[in-house]
Amino acid sequence: MASKVLHAYYNDDDVLMHAVKKVKDAKHHIEEVYCPFPVHGLDKAMGLAPTRIAITSFMYGCLGLIVAIVMMNYIMIQDWPQDIGGKPSFSYIENMPAFVPIMFELTVFFAAHLMVITFYLRSRLWPFKKAENPDVRTTDDHFVMELAIHDNEKELKNLLMDTGAVEINVSEK
Amino acid sequence: MASHYEAPIRKPLVLGDKGYHDVTVDIAAPVEGRANRQWWIVFSISLAAFLWGIGCIVYTISTGIGSWGLNKTVNWAWDITNFVWWVGIGHAGTLISAVLLLFRQKWRMAINRSAEAMTIFSVIQAGLFPIIHMGRPWLAYWVLPIPNQFGSLWVNFNSPLLWDVFAISTYLSVSLVFWWTGLLPDFAMIRDRAVLPFQKKIYSLLSFGWTGRAKDWQRFEEVSLVLAGLATPLVLSVHTIVSFDFATSVIPGWHTTIFPPYFVAGAVFSGFAMVNTLLIIMRKVCSLEAYITVQHIELMNIVIMITGSIVGCAYITELFMAWYSGVEYEQYAFLNRATGPYWWAYWAMMSCNVFSPQFMWFKKLRTSIMFSFFISIIVNIGMWFERFVIIVTSLHRDYLPSSWSMFSPTFIDIGTFIGTVGFFFLLFLLYARTFPVIAQAEVKTILKSSGERYKKLREAGKPLYQISGTTTVKEATAKGEDKVEETSEDTSKDVSSLLDSIGTFDASKDTADDLKKVKGIGPQMEKTLNQIGIFTFAQVSRMTEKEYNLLDSITKSFPGRAQRDDWAGQAKQLNNNQ
Repeated sequence: MASKVLHAYYNDDDVLMHAVKKVKDAKHHIEEVYCPFPVHGLDKAMGLAPTRIAITSFMYGCLGLIVAIVMMNYIMIQDWPQDIGGKPSFSYIENMPAFVPIMFELTVFFAAHLMVITFYLRSRLWPFKKAENPDVRTTDDHFVMELAIHDNEKELKNLLMDTGAVEINVSEK
Repeated sequence: MASHYEAPIRKPLVLGDKGYHDVTVDIAAPVEGRANRQWWIVFSISLAAFLWGIGCIVYTISTGIGSWGLNKTVNWAWDITNFVWWVGIGHAGTLISAVLLLFRQKWRMAINRSAEAMTIFSVIQAGLFPIIHMGRPWLAYWVLPIPNQFGSLWVNFNSPLLWDVFAISTYLSVSLVFWWTGLLPDFAMIRDRAVLPFQKKIYSLLSFGWTGRAKDWQRFEEVSLVLAGLATPLVLSVHTIVSFDFATSVIPGWHTTIFPPYFVAGAVFSGFAMVNTLLIIMRKVCSLEAYITVQHIELMNIVIMITGSIVGCAYITELFMAWYSGVEYEQYAFLNRATGPYWWAYWAMMSCNVFSPQFMWFKKLRTSIMFSFFISIIVNIGMWFERFVIIVTSLHRDYLPSSWSMFSPTFIDIGTFIGTVGFFFLLFLLYARTFPVIAQAEVKTILKSSGERYKKLREAGKPLYQISGTTTVKEATAKGEDKVEETSEDTSKDVSSLLDSIGTFDASKDTADDLKKVKGIGPQMEKTLNQIGIFTFAQVSRMTEKEYNLLDSITKSFPGRAQRDDWAGQAKQLNNNQ
């Protein structure tokens, strides 16, 4: 669907926040905001749902812990139990103190890496991915608010001009 | 919304009159500019050292470990000393980026990128030593628990050396993704500034197509926080596990339970020293004095002083415990360290690590750049000697006096060590030319609270930002031509309607309050308010959103400020307290 979008440029995070609040108060949907750095409270003001990535990290960590336990139980206890320093490997739980470091490391390994991979995939970040920011200034000092136009171009423009946008672009998407 | 307020007593972390765009320009400058002479000189020296190291490594592998100075008594010396030294240096990066993030220390933002780079580069150096020591480095993958052709020949999960494999590879890889994730927005910044197509291509590739959507930033912040939470215990675990290499053995001088915390403190100590060494040079060469300020160096010196004192405590505790244990072998190990043939190494360690950081109690010394640099070098030397003392002096006189011996390094030992130093600096120099060396996106988030420009504005009671009255409207027409029109906003003054709703001030009945007590009202603002006719807390406390907006349109400054700082709520409280 070829639709028109409106890009409102701001050169300050505080002005942007006011604008976002104003636009939300006027009951318009904000498609996207592109920022050069994280603006605190912007996600709430835009009405974005909180991210669940920390929960995934917890689950990945649990997975890592299970992998560590299953692996070391198989290798050290089941497959080839050895008698090291007079401490025979008969049961996992009795030999566990020696396994704690690896259990910890694999928990962290899984939690960290799988979370980062999840983040990259969800935010569509990978090598050779083309950037999608509408203007190169959005990684420097400009903030861009993107609104979809549904036969209300004039109204939106007036609203955004009031919010202190330094530039407003209308383009086909 | 977060207010940018910060106590005025805090010194600015970004010096000079810097706005967001200035930060971009300053941090992109070393990448976009050309290398100067000094860079090439240091680069050549590092390259020569690196090549010498390569030669020594090739010689070691082709000839055998016998080319090192090891003997049957001192069977572990420079290799493990260098390994532990490099791993220790690698601790500051994660400490700065993770632990200081959890503690919300804003000063970390100027140094975390380089400290993390240093971490990664030094852990690479550390990892080289065990791999070389294997003798057949092409079989290094045997340390992994992978099914193999020898039947059930697994690695030994009871061995601290295997724990090391897991700890260090986890640490290296997690630090790397932590670093890279933080780099994405900064690579994107350089990508979007790049003029040459080749540069644009490279930085597009490196930035993974970072776009900076609100959702991306939300996830980015959460990921950073969780990674910091994971990296904090991880960084502590790494040197703990390295210390287990010694602590789980039964050699007098190694077999001590104090090793884990003592090693971690020592690692932080040496890591911060190396950060100081590198950044004192880098801030000068890359002209980043406005971002890596004397205050940063001072704070790092304080960390060096504290961790140095912890290390000193550990040394003394070790001595005490050796005496108190009543075990004569243990007692001898420590007596021999301090007074035996390696006394010079012991006292070099003591004076460099315990004595020298105590100078940092003096403000004059810890804010002196030359002195900080000097001490950072001293600490690096001292920490190398600490590992040498722990390892060699514990081994060289074992239980059997007939096998007592000394250790002297061969040129291969020395060359390999020098080679890793060269390799480290080589990587760091390349990094400093191609990477954004300061986490500029993060620095921008603290600019309004801790930047000198905004601190001055706040002090003067001037607005931190202004809502622009003019908007450029561009319309992309079908032909792709932009139609530009200028419009101006008109604001009306409506003082009377504002005063109608919040009440007027009658000088004969009311007394004026000190409105400056309200956070967010400076002397300038108070004057403006007085001009409008607002003098009391009672008046301010009656303000609601409508009045705030009215006020904004009258003053044309501080838009939204009153709302954000909740002037009405503050005034109500102040009024009640009167």
